[in-house]
Amino acid sequence: MAFARIQWPERVLAGDVVKVRLLVRHPMDTGYLQDLLGKLVPRNVIRSLTCTWGQQEVFRVEPSSGISANPLFEFFVRADQTADMLVEWTDDRGVKGSLRQTLQVLPKPSA
Amino acid sequence: MSLRSFVSRPTAHGLQVLERGSWLVFMVFLWWGVSGFATAQTVVPPERSLPLWQLKSGLHFAGKDVQALQADEFANPAQLWLNQGAQAWGLPSAANGKSCASCHGAAATRMQGVATRYPAIDAASGRLFNLEDRINQCTTRHQQAPALTPESDALLGLSLLVTQASKGMPLRVDIGGAARAHWQAGAALFTQRQGQMNLSCAQCHDQNFGQRLYTDPLSQGQPNGYPVYRLEWQKPGSLERRLRSCYAGIRAEMPPWGALEMRQLALYLTWRGEGLPVEVPAVRK
Amino acid sequence: MKWPTLTRREGLRQMLRVGLYGATAQFWPSFAQDMASGQLLSVAQMMAPLTQGARVLQQDVKIMAPVLADNGTLVPITAQVQSPMTAQDHVTHLYLLSQRNPVTQMAVFHMGPWNGRAEVSTRLRLAGTQQVVALARLSNGEFRYGQMEIIVTESACVDAS
Repeated sequence: MAFARIQWPERVLAGDVVKVRLLVRHPMDTGYLQDLLGKLVPRNVIRSLTCTWGQQEVFRVEPSSGISANPLFEFFVRADQTADMLVEWTDDRGVKGSLRQTLQVLPKPSA
Repeated sequence: MSLRSFVSRPTAHGLQVLERGSWLVFMVFLWWGVSGFATAQTVVPPERSLPLWQLKSGLHFAGKDVQALQADEFANPAQLWLNQGAQAWGLPSAANGKSCASCHGAAATRMQGVATRYPAIDAASGRLFNLEDRINQCTTRHQQAPALTPESDALLGLSLLVTQASKGMPLRVDIGGAARAHWQAGAALFTQRQGQMNLSCAQCHDQNFGQRLYTDPLSQGQPNGYPVYRLEWQKPGSLERRLRSCYAGIRAEMPPWGALEMRQLALYLTWRGEGLPVEVPAVRK
Repeated sequence: MKWPTLTRREGLRQMLRVGLYGATAQFWPSFAQDMASGQLLSVAQMMAPLTQGARVLQQDVKIMAPVLADNGTLVPITAQVQSPMTAQDHVTHLYLLSQRNPVTQMAVFHMGPWNGRAEVSTRLRLAGTQQVVALARLSNGEFRYGQMEIIVTESACVDAS
């Protein structure tokens, strides 16, 4: 079960550059640590994470073991029109996760 | 010189009655005190090595980034386990279809204050339970499901959810009755030197809080932020896990999971931190 | 046996050196317990595989991170690049590089004019005190970078819980 959350400002107007925050639950095992029985925990990190808004890919990150467990990613995106924000990720084991949420964009009030 | 030299006869008589009455009352109290009724009913609260006015949460000793992370309602990593807990709360058991919600309703309202009272004596078995034990008892007895493994994501999620219902409420644990003996065992553990380093909890956390151990500032070792997201673990963990890691730190032999010793120590710690507000989900390094 | 002679000058110099080290350790305790694992790369070594001879300038890139990390497993960082983010002039990639970690490239962010602002935040794992470099590749093929030293100290107690 994938646990993740995404956040953006409450009120987004067309043309605004808004900050998107994304938190994903993943151990991001480095492959360098041992468990309490002395066995090496194999490396398993998120290999690639993409964020597609409507049809456009607006964010892509390829992390490594150098990113903390339960990674947080924050990026900016220029608001266009209301569409679904789809976040998808894959880890070293091939396990995929996704999160979908609609980003509402209000039309810019005419001056 | 008697009383009667200075006052009128009726007043003197009244004073004599009062004098004899006071003497009678004094004798009753003396007998009551000596007989042990006093100690049984008006319990003298045990002396605190750390006075209540001096109590400080671990947050006070934490670095700025840790404090910011705890305050960040979105980015606090433990939120992801809270999500899991909220889902699990409403999940019906495979065996009898009962979920936590079936008996308890909404966690946020019905579980208020619960986390402030643990560890506590379980009325049915007479054993000392921490919150995780109580959750597991519900799971096995009322949901007919296998007990959740210590430190599993499922148990941590539920434990965080129940604790969140008490957010901001003061810790107040009962050490009367059957709990008293456990409290005493916990108090003894707290001041007992242990491990290869031959250190007691009190030496760091009563006598040296605020000072640095290498570059780590020593906290008072308060339990008001548990289950906690510990950066060192990169996931949440219970108070029992944290106490075990303290044992590891002083190179003492770690008792097995579920040991009574850990619960007794937790009871003492919660009493010692009485009044501190529950912080959830807390972050510590 | 002839003992090596220590002149007064040499003796004073040695004492000054010891005193200076001692004072540094006292006033900068993190220096005394610095986590020093792995091989330290130079900034040039960190960037060379990515820049491959292209023009690299140390400007326009700002790193916001704590000077002293609370814990090496979670170090919050923000990297910001001054760029108009238009179709003609924008950042295409932003790399976060480690001087000391076993894996030098900690993350790469793909960006474009749709971002509106070339700024990303995340949380790093740092295996000890080191320089962190944020390297931005621009749409014209050039690179810009910024660097920052982050101090990471060892935990006082071993945790085997």
